[in-house]
Amino acid sequence: MRAFTVLRPGLLSTVQDRGRPGLAYLGIPRSGAADLPALELANRLVGNDPAAAGLEFTVTGAVLRAEESLLVAVTGAPAPVRVAGAEVPHGAAVPVPAGAELAVGTARTGLRSYLAVAGGIAVPPVLGSRATDTLSGLGPAPLRKGDTVPVGATPVAPAPGGPAAAPAGTASAGPRSAETVPGGTGSGGSTPPGARRTVVLRVHPGPRVGWFTAPAVRTLLSADYQASPTSNRVGMRLTGPPLARSVDAELPSEGVVLGAVQVPASGEPLVFLADHPTTGGYPVIAVVDPADVPAAAQARPGTPVRFEPVEGVSGWT
Amino acid sequence: MRTRPAGPRAILLECADAAEVAAWHAELRRRLDSGALVATDLVPAARTVLVDGVADPAGLAESLATMSAGRAAPPEPGTAVELDCVYDGPDLAEVAELWRTSVDGVVARHTGTEFRVAFCGFSPGFGYLTGLPAEFAVPRRDSPRPRVPAGAVGLAGEYSGVYPSPSPGGWRLIGRTGAVLFDPSASPPALLTPGTRVRFRAVPG
Repeated sequence: MRAFTVLRPGLLSTVQDRGRPGLAYLGIPRSGAADLPALELANRLVGNDPAAAGLEFTVTGAVLRAEESLLVAVTGAPAPVRVAGAEVPHGAAVPVPAGAELAVGTARTGLRSYLAVAGGIAVPPVLGSRATDTLSGLGPAPLRKGDTVPVGATPVAPAPGGPAAAPAGTASAGPRSAETVPGGTGSGGSTPPGARRTVVLRVHPGPRVGWFTAPAVRTLLSADYQASPTSNRVGMRLTGPPLARSVDAELPSEGVVLGAVQVPASGEPLVFLADHPTTGGYPVIAVVDPADVPAAAQARPGTPVRFEPVEGVSGWT
Repeated sequence: MRTRPAGPRAILLECADAAEVAAWHAELRRRLDSGALVATDLVPAARTVLVDGVADPAGLAESLATMSAGRAAPPEPGTAVELDCVYDGPDLAEVAELWRTSVDGVVARHTGTEFRVAFCGFSPGFGYLTGLPAEFAVPRRDSPRPRVPAGAVGLAGEYSGVYPSPSPGGWRLIGRTGAVLFDPSASPPALLTPGTRVRFRAVPG
């Protein structure tokens, strides 16, 4: 049978795809891969539709056994990848022989690695998606030791060129994700292990920027924050200077978008990620540009974070 | 109604009251269904409608601004749902006190109200039901219960609601229903969708 057996599940390993957009009006979160471009890249590398389901690992990776020979690719946070004990490239399609162990190690930088397998992870979809939603509990439970993770049949018509032909992007995929994921600035060069480069998140004014004092808005756009260890798939929580409100009224719950920078009672902002609730009762001061949400999802606890206004966008005052 | 930007792909419509929210949500839903509006999500809430996943939010805001709220026709009456409810909730007596009535008075008021699902949130399939007069608003409990069972019927603020699945919760519980509020294999998965009319019927426990 085409499947993996979970030998070591790691810290938090979940099935993810593009999630469940379009159902927020029923209170159903979008969910899906926290760093969606990384999963989509992994899918392309193995010839899958980019919407196929893969696995999302958190920091520590996982160890799986292939029950049949499978073609896989690991992307996202750079981590050592071993097949039957031998190191194989990150960010490239690699075969895993039947019975061999696939080990994704601890990420050198960043937070979340992605595994795509030709044919996709084939757990039954729930509301059109195979994603695990850690907020609402929809989708499969996180991987546990001994789980069998079914894999679909190899796509009949892989992308032009096929996985073995190193499609455009394959060669640079590893280094590119290694450079851009932790910093979000793509400045190039290798990052020493354990380094904490500042993640810069470009932001647009949020719907409730007017609920904050002018100094608070200046603080948001200039201060150094740090990704907090309490961050999860729901949101990247931050520690740093609290943001003072100019309006003290209670905000009736309102719909929130991916990347919304919400300011709860503590005044320390948080950035909503894939499993964010559909509505929230705290004011949203800013919205992270969609292009930078993956960098937020990859910020390890302790990473310095700064917000920078998107150029040419008014509405901060 | 006024619009506020919510990032490069969304706008938030801010309305005067729940009725205006319902009218705009219905109007936007019609546009979405007819293809006149392309968006990923329409999320009605207490006083707002979020339009998410649009290519040109500023253009949409401009085109909506030219439409007066009056032109957003009121929603068609939604489907009607009747929920059997056993009125034996742990906060029933407290609610009776807050409403300055008896337990029977609470049951009569709750079963005598035609509710409408204003919006969903908090958890999949949790509908915020409007219909109680403003003077019957009740504060949430001071400390939320760690676990409220599925089917619990509660009150908070101006709303009534039913917990679709077990969760922590701070609503004042007045009863319980055996109805299935959320079923991922059903279409739609939620029994109570925005616009649905809801009546509760008292049944013996």
